[in-house]
Amino acid sequence: MSATAIPATQHHGEKKTYLTADHTIKSWLLTTDHKRIAVLYLISISIFFFAGSLAAGLIRYELTSPRGHLLSSEAYNKTFSAHGIIMIFFFLIPSIPATLGNFLIPLMIGARDLAFPRLNLLSWYLYSIAGVIALLAMAMGGVDAGWTFYTPLSSLYSNTQITLTLLAAFIAGFSSITTGVNFIATIHKMRAPGMTWFKLPLFVWAHYATSIIIILGTPVVAITLVLVIFERAFQIGIFSPELGGDPVLFQHLFWFYSHPAVYIMVLPGMGVISELISCFSRRPVFGYQFVAYSSMAIALLGFFVWGHHMFLSSQSTLLGVVFSFLSFVLAIPSAVKIFNWATTMYKGSIHFRTPMIYALAFMGLFVIGGLTGLYLAAIGTDVHLTGTYFIVAHFHYVMVGGAVTAFLGGVHFWWPKMFGRMYNEFLGKMSAIIIFVGFNLTFFPQFILGYLGMPRRYHLYYFAPEWQIYHVLSTAGSTVLGVGFLLPAFYLTYSLFKGPKAPKNPWGAKGLEWEETDPVPITENFDHKIVVTKPAYDYDAEEDSKLYEPEHKEEPALTGGKH
Amino acid sequence: MFQFPVMPPQASEWAFHYDLLFWGTSALAVFFTLVVGILVTVLAIKYRAGSKADRRNPIDHSNLLEMSWSLPPLVLAIGMFFWSATDFIQYRKMPEKASEIFVIGKQWMWHLQHMNGIRENNELHCVVGQPVKMTMISQDVIHAMYLPDFRAQFHVVPGRYTELTFTPTMTGKFRMLCAMHCGTQHSEMVGQVIVMSPKDYADWLAKDGNRFTPTALSMADAGKRLFTEKGCGNCHGGVDTERAPTLVGLFGKQRDFDNGEKVVADNEYVRESIVNPWRLINKGYTNTMPAYKGQITEEQVLDLMAYIKSISGSAANAPAEAAGRKPEGSIPGFAGPQNSTDAANRVESAGAAQFKQSENRP
Repeated sequence: MSATAIPATQHHGEKKTYLTADHTIKSWLLTTDHKRIAVLYLISISIFFFAGSLAAGLIRYELTSPRGHLLSSEAYNKTFSAHGIIMIFFFLIPSIPATLGNFLIPLMIGARDLAFPRLNLLSWYLYSIAGVIALLAMAMGGVDAGWTFYTPLSSLYSNTQITLTLLAAFIAGFSSITTGVNFIATIHKMRAPGMTWFKLPLFVWAHYATSIIIILGTPVVAITLVLVIFERAFQIGIFSPELGGDPVLFQHLFWFYSHPAVYIMVLPGMGVISELISCFSRRPVFGYQFVAYSSMAIALLGFFVWGHHMFLSSQSTLLGVVFSFLSFVLAIPSAVKIFNWATTMYKGSIHFRTPMIYALAFMGLFVIGGLTGLYLAAIGTDVHLTGTYFIVAHFHYVMVGGAVTAFLGGVHFWWPKMFGRMYNEFLGKMSAIIIFVGFNLTFFPQFILGYLGMPRRYHLYYFAPEWQIYHVLSTAGSTVLGVGFLLPAFYLTYSLFKGPKAPKNPWGAKGLEWEETDPVPITENFDHKIVVTKPAYDYDAEEDSKLYEPEHKEEPALTGGKH
Repeated sequence: MFQFPVMPPQASEWAFHYDLLFWGTSALAVFFTLVVGILVTVLAIKYRAGSKADRRNPIDHSNLLEMSWSLPPLVLAIGMFFWSATDFIQYRKMPEKASEIFVIGKQWMWHLQHMNGIRENNELHCVVGQPVKMTMISQDVIHAMYLPDFRAQFHVVPGRYTELTFTPTMTGKFRMLCAMHCGTQHSEMVGQVIVMSPKDYADWLAKDGNRFTPTALSMADAGKRLFTEKGCGNCHGGVDTERAPTLVGLFGKQRDFDNGEKVVADNEYVRESIVNPWRLINKGYTNTMPAYKGQITEEQVLDLMAYIKSISGSAANAPAEAAGRKPEGSIPGFAGPQNSTDAANRVESAGAAQFKQSENRP
């Protein structure tokens, strides 16, 4: 993308970046700069990610013995509930949109900021308030009803901090809605001259689709959670048959949001993967329009499959069969993306840098996650697998193997842009490989456990000692996975202080955020007017490969320092 | 020390069909994983930066390619859908003749009742080769009856009946689990299905089985006793009165309500009419019956239902056939004990037949 440069006022000495513009704590806490808010979000969600991982570690340790080690069943239930609630509401849903999306969307479309900067800050405050309430609820005893809060267990029977936790999820929902509204307005109204819809990076398309899901779905779950609070607090019969309500109604309302919410978590990840594969293959994303439309198709179809969570809930056979059919149809747009990414590599010039290793790991794990979804979309195979470890394995392949891997790939890709420092490339590649291996070792055995008939959310399995080996393998894997996650936490933090300074465009990437900004963007994003003339992903693999011909003496690899 | 099982026992007729579908899906999944895996690996090696591969004339998009990787998977997906959907419809089809078992899920145990009055907790004894039909309800939160070795599962919901059927094909003990998180001791809500040969089952009925029957009454008889105790007969007599319709011949009969709705009387309707009678008022009657919600247990509702079924004649077993028919002049004597036991035995015809076999033994 080229730009007509308007001479910017150049000062002597170093220009102030968004990071160095002001150093006071107040300037961070009251900032309306989307980049600073992204950094605030990055810090917050990282804290929640490690809190949720600790709970996961405790679960895995507990399950190595059929009779448990440390926890009572009550404590175990609270631990897995905490793991789910933290990871879904406070890590996965905001992860990519609120950090990378927040940081990059204005930069990618040539805007100064998001459409509603103060709303953006409000979003982070809502998130933080919700997070504090959720942690408070856990400190006051926690909840034992799982992140799904099925009624009437949650509304009448559970004697734990349900109300407070639901309140937290409710507020977190509004944080998510404000972000969605902001993205949609920004993408519609604030694109730079020449930045037409089909020149938008696919990352932006993915966030556009995600935002639509957020604003259509989140209000439904928000009001549902309020209804559960009402039933608990005022005994108003909505979901509990004892009070005249319908327990399955809750599942309809809950999954009407929570199935599309899966795409809130994974679509932004797909957006990241499009950027990474294209950049490191030096090829435009193959079938750009198909990939863009597939995001929109997923967002739309995602609203018509919620009933596949309820095949055995007592909904009618006909309804189940219809939902099963629609779920199969939904598999196709995801398959389209996978094949387009693979074909993007065709005739490319592929550089195996850290973000690319993450992208390849994503493809491997997401394919398994997606295909095991077929067993659950198929109403016939679902009957034996639903409610078991097969489900647990499947959605971790999608959520962790997909969304988290994409998130880490994205963080490694844009880290130099966000903080102006390079991390250690060797450790970066190691972390991606360790995560890939550890992840498969953790979750593949759980597919077998599920097929053998181990229900999820079981604390004890003394009646089935033959399941133990798979739990031991899974826990061993989770230890490896833990190392894989801790590694980036250390070397990325280290790079902030001691890492070499990043050049403006260390990967030779295309896009306004790389080509038209300073190494670390200034508060106003651009110091000149942006006019877009080139298409997205204007890469040339043939040109790139010529750098390797013998007449080139200099280091041909991507710039950005040797490692 | 460790075992590496890869497959649970295949202990029911459905389990065989299930596994065929499961491994069929697996073949498809492995195939596509390999396609993508090999494609990505080959491209990654061939086009690694610095390789000598030909990179001239690349293409950016191709509608033909897009179609070729979206349409065949779509066709395969629809094929898989039909296979699995027809299997599921078969799986949900309740057998005409089956040992009827009533299941009550409660935090944190399974309570199971046989028609002949045997009551079991966390254990179900049944006969190999004979279909079992479970009618299930929860008295508190949602549970899920999960029988992994039979590949059978269905939710057990408060406030409504759900059904599950299976036909065991081998004798032995098989797990009965709860697969829906139901609170603190969810993972201890486990029991077993004990599948026996007809001879062993008969022996069990003759000896051990009695251990589980504190009252020797069949469900219908227990229901009759309750019917009398609660004074239901004061209003619901042998014929329609001004105060209430008769319950003779109720099951399978169409009911017209004052709000214009119609329903064919089934388990669901009878239960609702006991616990929340004000919801559906029969045409020509007024809302006078007290609600028994909270007054009687789910076990008692099931007993009453068995009794009402027993005075419904053949309608209970063939609702479709009986739907249009007038109740045939009510059973004489307003369902004496003999009639009710007969009905109970009819419903559990298979099990009862075995029982009689055993009686012939010394």
